[in-house]
Amino acid sequence: MTVPEPNWVLPARGPVAMFCLIAAEAAIFTIFVVAYLFYAGKNPMGPQPRDVLEAPIFYSICLLSSSLTIHMAVAALRKGSIRNFGAWWGATIVLGATFLYGTASEWHRLIYREGLTISTNLFGTTYYSLVGLHGSHVVIGLVAMTTVMAFAFLGKVSQEHAERVDVLSLYWHFVDAVWVVVFTVVYIIGR
Amino acid sequence: MSTDSIVWPRSESLSRPFVDQLHEWITTVDHKQLGIMYIVYALIFLVIGGVEATVMRIQLIRPHNDFVSPQVFNRMFTMHGTTMIFFVAMPIMFGFGNYLLPLMIGARDMAFPRLNAFSFWLTAFGGFLLYFSLLGANGLYGAGNAPDVGWFAYAPLTSLAFSTGHSTDFWTLSLLVSGFGSIGTAINIIATIVCMRCPGMTLGKMPLLAWLNLVMAGLVLLAVSPLTAAQIMLMIDRYLGGHFFDTQAGGSAVIWMHFFWIFGHPEVYVLIIPAFAFISEIVPVFSRKAMFGYPIMVAATVAIGFLSMSVWAHHMFTVGMSSNANTFFVLSTMAISVPTGIKIFNWLATMWGGKILFKTPMLFAIGFLFQFLIAGLTGVMLSAAPFDWQLGNSYFVVAHFHYVIVGGILFALFGAFYYWFPKMSGKMCSETLGRWHFWLFLIGFHLTFDFMHIPGLLGMPRRIYTYEPGRGWDTWNLIITVGVVFQSLGILVFVYNLLWSYFRGEIAGSDPWDAWTLEWSTSSPPPAYNFATIPTVRSRRPLWDLKHPQDPDWKYE
Amino acid sequence: MVVLWWSANLAFGASAPYASPTNIFAPASTPADSIFGLSLFVLAVSAAIFVLVVGLLAYCVVKFRKREDDDGREPPQVYGSNQVELAWTVIPVLIVVALFMATARVIATVQNPARTSNTIEIVAIGHQFWWEYRYPGLKVVTANELHVPVSDLAHPTPTHIELLSADTDHSFWVPRLAGKTDLIPNHPNNTWIDPHETGLYLGQCAQYCGTQHAKMLLRVYVQSQEDFERWIEEQRRPAQLSAAVSEGQHIFETTACINCHTVSGTVANGRFGPDLTHLMSRDTIAAGAAANNPENLRRWIQNPETIKPGSLMPAMQLNDREVDAVTAYLETLR
Repeated sequence: MTVPEPNWVLPARGPVAMFCLIAAEAAIFTIFVVAYLFYAGKNPMGPQPRDVLEAPIFYSICLLSSSLTIHMAVAALRKGSIRNFGAWWGATIVLGATFLYGTASEWHRLIYREGLTISTNLFGTTYYSLVGLHGSHVVIGLVAMTTVMAFAFLGKVSQEHAERVDVLSLYWHFVDAVWVVVFTVVYIIGR
Repeated sequence: MSTDSIVWPRSESLSRPFVDQLHEWITTVDHKQLGIMYIVYALIFLVIGGVEATVMRIQLIRPHNDFVSPQVFNRMFTMHGTTMIFFVAMPIMFGFGNYLLPLMIGARDMAFPRLNAFSFWLTAFGGFLLYFSLLGANGLYGAGNAPDVGWFAYAPLTSLAFSTGHSTDFWTLSLLVSGFGSIGTAINIIATIVCMRCPGMTLGKMPLLAWLNLVMAGLVLLAVSPLTAAQIMLMIDRYLGGHFFDTQAGGSAVIWMHFFWIFGHPEVYVLIIPAFAFISEIVPVFSRKAMFGYPIMVAATVAIGFLSMSVWAHHMFTVGMSSNANTFFVLSTMAISVPTGIKIFNWLATMWGGKILFKTPMLFAIGFLFQFLIAGLTGVMLSAAPFDWQLGNSYFVVAHFHYVIVGGILFALFGAFYYWFPKMSGKMCSETLGRWHFWLFLIGFHLTFDFMHIPGLLGMPRRIYTYEPGRGWDTWNLIITVGVVFQSLGILVFVYNLLWSYFRGEIAGSDPWDAWTLEWSTSSPPPAYNFATIPTVRSRRPLWDLKHPQDPDWKYE
Repeated sequence: MVVLWWSANLAFGASAPYASPTNIFAPASTPADSIFGLSLFVLAVSAAIFVLVVGLLAYCVVKFRKREDDDGREPPQVYGSNQVELAWTVIPVLIVVALFMATARVIATVQNPARTSNTIEIVAIGHQFWWEYRYPGLKVVTANELHVPVSDLAHPTPTHIELLSADTDHSFWVPRLAGKTDLIPNHPNNTWIDPHETGLYLGQCAQYCGTQHAKMLLRVYVQSQEDFERWIEEQRRPAQLSAAVSEGQHIFETTACINCHTVSGTVANGRFGPDLTHLMSRDTIAAGAAANNPENLRRWIQNPETIKPGSLMPAMQLNDREVDAVTAYLETLR
């Protein structure tokens, strides 16, 4: 038991934990997607998807680009350029918030102009649940990122935090990947 | 040769004020203390769940009994199932996992100690919330009390139309909250095993308990989440006017069943796999032989993990799925019996050619092997869908799953208690009391659960608060209830043993069983930092290597 | 120990089916027969595995226990054996294949039967906590006690039952006639039976459906062709009204009774509760919870909670005289 073991390197716990969380979250989203697909086309009455849905292309591009900006932010932090990190990080937050605004305005239109609420019919129930679940995860991500932004402004974020910030970016990438699935299911397949 | 590591003397003495000790426990992030808290919490709920079962059995001792009303009875079986699965079995497995894993892989604590504490308190709060329903569930109509929709809460019985008041909501929310706790613990277990093993301990060299907890944690991540999703949908139906399970609006009751059982089946593997882990540690030590077929045991467990995600609709054979769907689930369910059987054979092969010591842990392990075999065989019977069309939803099923959970899991847990209690407390349990516990509980278990198969075969469905005379069920129900007496006595002896041994038991020393995994290399109880120096290992049984320097494991593995 | 009891029960059940009227090992109809055949095969395989493995366990426990005169050395350490592992993988796989094929065959034959032209079609609708039966082709509506013709193996007259639900999940289980099939709202199911012998077959709801799930009992009367046709004729007739009970009838029709119950030929046409047109042709009331006699009927009308607490029929707050009158009226509904 005393032979020293050289080079004993195990994976870092942050990314491992985040991948586990992503697996669990993916399972939750899968169930909502299954429910959405199961009920697609089964609405005897009420607004139908093809009549009221407009694919939010611009806002989706915003969200997906935010994956790029967050990647640049982490790269900048690894190199130690805090300024650039702050700029890219801020851009990510803005893009994410824009996406949320897009969702909000789409919901406003659906509720007040088209009369589609969560209780209107099966489409309403599954649509608002799925998109809402995703949106809530965007909100959580934005809150976390804003917290990091605040610490950055206070000068508390430095190169040594790059790994931790990278773990958060994994979460954000997941949120974007989920949006790709949700977009496909709701705006392409479901119509 | 000493396998003790250097132990710093405990700076706290027993005369510390109670408030200080309480504060330490409430704010602790130490895996050992959290482990013990999980276990004590689960034991308290075990007694509560047992009382609920006893009430039911008294009501069913004869036909047309009026010990409790139907409303109370229906709450009893709902609370009994929910309590036992979510607030006894899961916490106790997390508790043992928490306590043992860092010690067995040579680490100082879990990967995320604060997440560990947070997960425990979430689970604890969930249990409190469920039982608060007894007081707080009166809704608008003064209806509502403890939930009474069954532990699987089928739709549309759980819709507002059929479940007024807030009882169902307490069921939903308490499980939602403790579900987050479970996911947190699962993340912690995986991160600990993947990232914190001591030098030399490759995945192929870690104890089987670590492998099995790794698979269990993976299943928790994938299985608890569907339940969380379904419960969110149920809340949306009940409070936001959603129609997920609203059959009057085109919703589907069957999809709730699918979502629930996609959780529910892997869940039972979450419970049994740690039990397998205990048996895999106990049987080798008390047979004085290495585990037979370690790589196959790992492979079989991983196979069970994967397969368990594909069998869920065997709980739905009577629901009217197509013959193709039924046939598929028959195949997947029968298939999972193969790796499970392989594990039983490997345990037997470990005993074969050994020198078996019949200490209390081993008595319970042998009981486990006998009973888990029977439980598996009744499972195979249920997997034959047409046979399930008769046996399903009857007392045969109730007998089957209690055979797994009590005859299998609880026996393995008792074995684990007797095996690791010396490590956790520094004292040996009384062997005499242990034997009394074993035999009393064994008799009670078999009286109740062997004979419980028969009313099922004679047409008695489950979840009925009373039954008609003249169906041939009376005598069997009487015998089943009598078994409860012996089981209760056994549990009393067990609790007394734990308490007596804690205060008056023989000092255990670090390695009372002459065992071979790392937890036995440190003192009993271990110091807060577990090991003075992090060990380096070369084989699956580091202490065997130390004790047999001329014949170490790493030459043969 | 369990296996011994099963064998005893099998033998017992086969020779004395009425030791339990709901014994799954005393089939009296083809679906139950097919299941019984499969169950024997599965039980035999399980018993063989049990004997083998428990034998090995017992042998280990006896032969390899630590002896008094042990030399204190550890036994030879055996880490595994690929051949052995292969053997006890391949053999179970073969057993699984055999079991699976036997099972798949029975699923196909029971779930997809051929429909003949003289199949009786019934629609069963599950309610909390009673059974509604409609014979659409024969224009009969009744409740709780199902009548079907016996089916001769040479010239079968099976009964096909479509299973619907008006509220929550239920399950139709008459063990001697067939396996259970659930009644799920918005998810029509179906089952079929072809009872070989006349008689009364018992069962009950097998999916928890609420407070009185336990007393949602099933009674299936299998009758000869002539008796069945006579029963159908009687059930088809509207209610025979009588002046002697007009007071009771008046109370019945001016209280909320008619909101839930139908008496054909009168203004009562509620569908929430059982059809009462031929109430007196039934042996039991409240879905089998009580025998159909005047005192039980009176008790039920006065306060259903005394017979079936949690039943959805409210106590109608009638005084004694009114209850007597209504009971007398119902007693004429043959």
